[in-house]
Amino acid sequence: MSYVLIIGAKSDIAKATAREYAKHGYDLYLAARNVSELETFANDITIRFDRKVKCIELDILDYISHKSIYDGLEEKPLGIISAVGYLGELSETQKIIDTNYTGVVHFINIIANDFEQRKSGFIVAISSVAGDRGRKSNYIYGSAKAALTTYLSGLRNRLYAANVHVLTVKPGFVATKMTEGMDLPKKLTAKPEDVATDIYKAQQNGKNVLYTKWIWKWIMLIIKTIPEFQFKKMNL
Amino acid sequence: MALLSWGNYPNIDVIAYKFENRQALKNIINQHNNIIASGNGRSYGDSALNKHQIDVKSYNYFLDFDQNTGILHCQAGVLLSEILETFIPKGWFVSVTPGTKLITVGGAIASDVHGKNHHVKGSFSDSIVEFTMMLENGEIIICSHSINPDIFQATCGGMGLTGIIIDAKIKFLPINSSMIDQLTIKTKNLQDTFEAFEQYKDYTYSVAWIDCMAKGDSLGRCLLMVGEHADDGNLDYVNTNKISIPFQFPSFVLNNLTVKSFNSLYYAKVRQAVSQQKIGIDSFFYPLDAIGNWNRIYGKNGFTQYQFVLPLEKSYEGLEQILSKIAASGKGSFLAVLKLFGKANANWLSFPIQGYTLALDFKIEPGLFELLNELDKIVLKYEGRFYLSKDVRVSKQTFEAGYKDIDKFRQLRKQYKMDQKFHSLQSKRVGI
Repeated sequence: MSYVLIIGAKSDIAKATAREYAKHGYDLYLAARNVSELETFANDITIRFDRKVKCIELDILDYISHKSIYDGLEEKPLGIISAVGYLGELSETQKIIDTNYTGVVHFINIIANDFEQRKSGFIVAISSVAGDRGRKSNYIYGSAKAALTTYLSGLRNRLYAANVHVLTVKPGFVATKMTEGMDLPKKLTAKPEDVATDIYKAQQNGKNVLYTKWIWKWIMLIIKTIPEFQFKKMNL
Repeated sequence: MALLSWGNYPNIDVIAYKFENRQALKNIINQHNNIIASGNGRSYGDSALNKHQIDVKSYNYFLDFDQNTGILHCQAGVLLSEILETFIPKGWFVSVTPGTKLITVGGAIASDVHGKNHHVKGSFSDSIVEFTMMLENGEIIICSHSINPDIFQATCGGMGLTGIIIDAKIKFLPINSSMIDQLTIKTKNLQDTFEAFEQYKDYTYSVAWIDCMAKGDSLGRCLLMVGEHADDGNLDYVNTNKISIPFQFPSFVLNNLTVKSFNSLYYAKVRQAVSQQKIGIDSFFYPLDAIGNWNRIYGKNGFTQYQFVLPLEKSYEGLEQILSKIAASGKGSFLAVLKLFGKANANWLSFPIQGYTLALDFKIEPGLFELLNELDKIVLKYEGRFYLSKDVRVSKQTFEAGYKDIDKFRQLRKQYKMDQKFHSLQSKRVGI
């Protein structure tokens, strides 16, 4: 077995996903900014699962560097998982869009070209249910994720012929550093480990879009069907 | 957020603080002066309960493993279950384990937990090479039998009241199989039970399930289970699939009749006087872990476990009186566990001393604490002591009567100003 590349590897979902893949026999490239902070974590995986783990410095906003970083990987990965995400404040428009959309798309494009040529590989990217409908509390983040979802859908369509599988992951509430301090409803909130298990299963089974927890598929269906004239008055 | 103890009693609101590194931990410690470390919430009583808790569970990386010596260096939030999943297939096992694997390494040290092999391997701290701890002022020290031995002896069994355990080096036991060869011995009464413990004392593991509802001639009848690691070279290990108790049972489900029926059936299930089985590590050590949230069967009022130990020479007389009193009260539990401990270690508040220990679960209900107060008197009369990790109710006087080193512990707490920082509901109640 060989490598899976995880970008945005410092997030709680990324870490749980890394463990899940290592448990199933994959080696890992973990890419993130200030990646030295991940060394203890990488070492833990090596001891736990006897897998090779390499940490790679990656600034998703430094687009120019993306190509050389990917080219620098001696052994090309079997798949990539993007866990890049930045919730931010509404005032950070540029950074939110650049991180969640532009940066991720720029990086995945490079990989998509390689996978397409090799006619194999999988691409998993964590989008969000927030992209299913704009709400006043986080619509910059939501719209960037919506754009990412649309990008992935197009990419899936393009790469189908090349036998490259694309999985869009839409988590609902997840108890992570990003949501720490928020008062989330317990029954609707997933643990990062649950999300990781769901991602692994969905990727292995060739699923296209994954809502996790599953109930979010139905919640978002309802939210999407509320007429706009009603929706605009709501406090969401 | 409400973080509960395993007994679901008492039920208080708690704020838990997580940390990712030592600096973050230091910041938490600096900002609070009434706080306690908490692990995986498996202490039965109020040992890890305080309005403000330090959540050590998510600080859980393996740091290093030496395949030659079998020594693991890991952070304090690592669960025993994680250790088993990784290391049983490599031929290693924790040399001391309690009846649940769902506890953290930090918690295992703080409670200085014991297992079915106490008479051979001692307590959990006896397998600790050293650990790292953050003191009240943020200073980080190493403790072992030879480095800072006084703090080591206070911390092992010290219920988190000396500081925050950050990481530890644990020495494992080499094994050749993930199976256990078990013998089950059925006894007729307490005398018979004591003789069986004596007869099978050379087995590494031994524990008895005792029918605490039996009276008269059958008083003290039990199933004694002894075991050894098998030697068949099969190291396969799968974390047992869990069934879960999804909600609290109504409190009336467990009553005198259901408990009595369970006890009789469980005892009657084994027909031969001595029978042999080969079972997996999980079934042998952790039968209850297979049922997630089994504490919920006791209902929303919660339950408590009552565990004491009596010195060897007084064990028979004391147990006879205590079992008679419980049987007469009709308040039985279906989990009554009897075990013969080996010699005590040097730690100041570690629970085990040489003699018999009995652990019983009781549903919290009217009249229970009155019964337990009566039992306390018998335990003290026979110079026994109580286990803080299970306890939720003993008084200061009752607790300290059993622990001769208690003043040394208090003195050390004062000397290092630990008493100005680390508290639990339990430490306040028993005055440590």
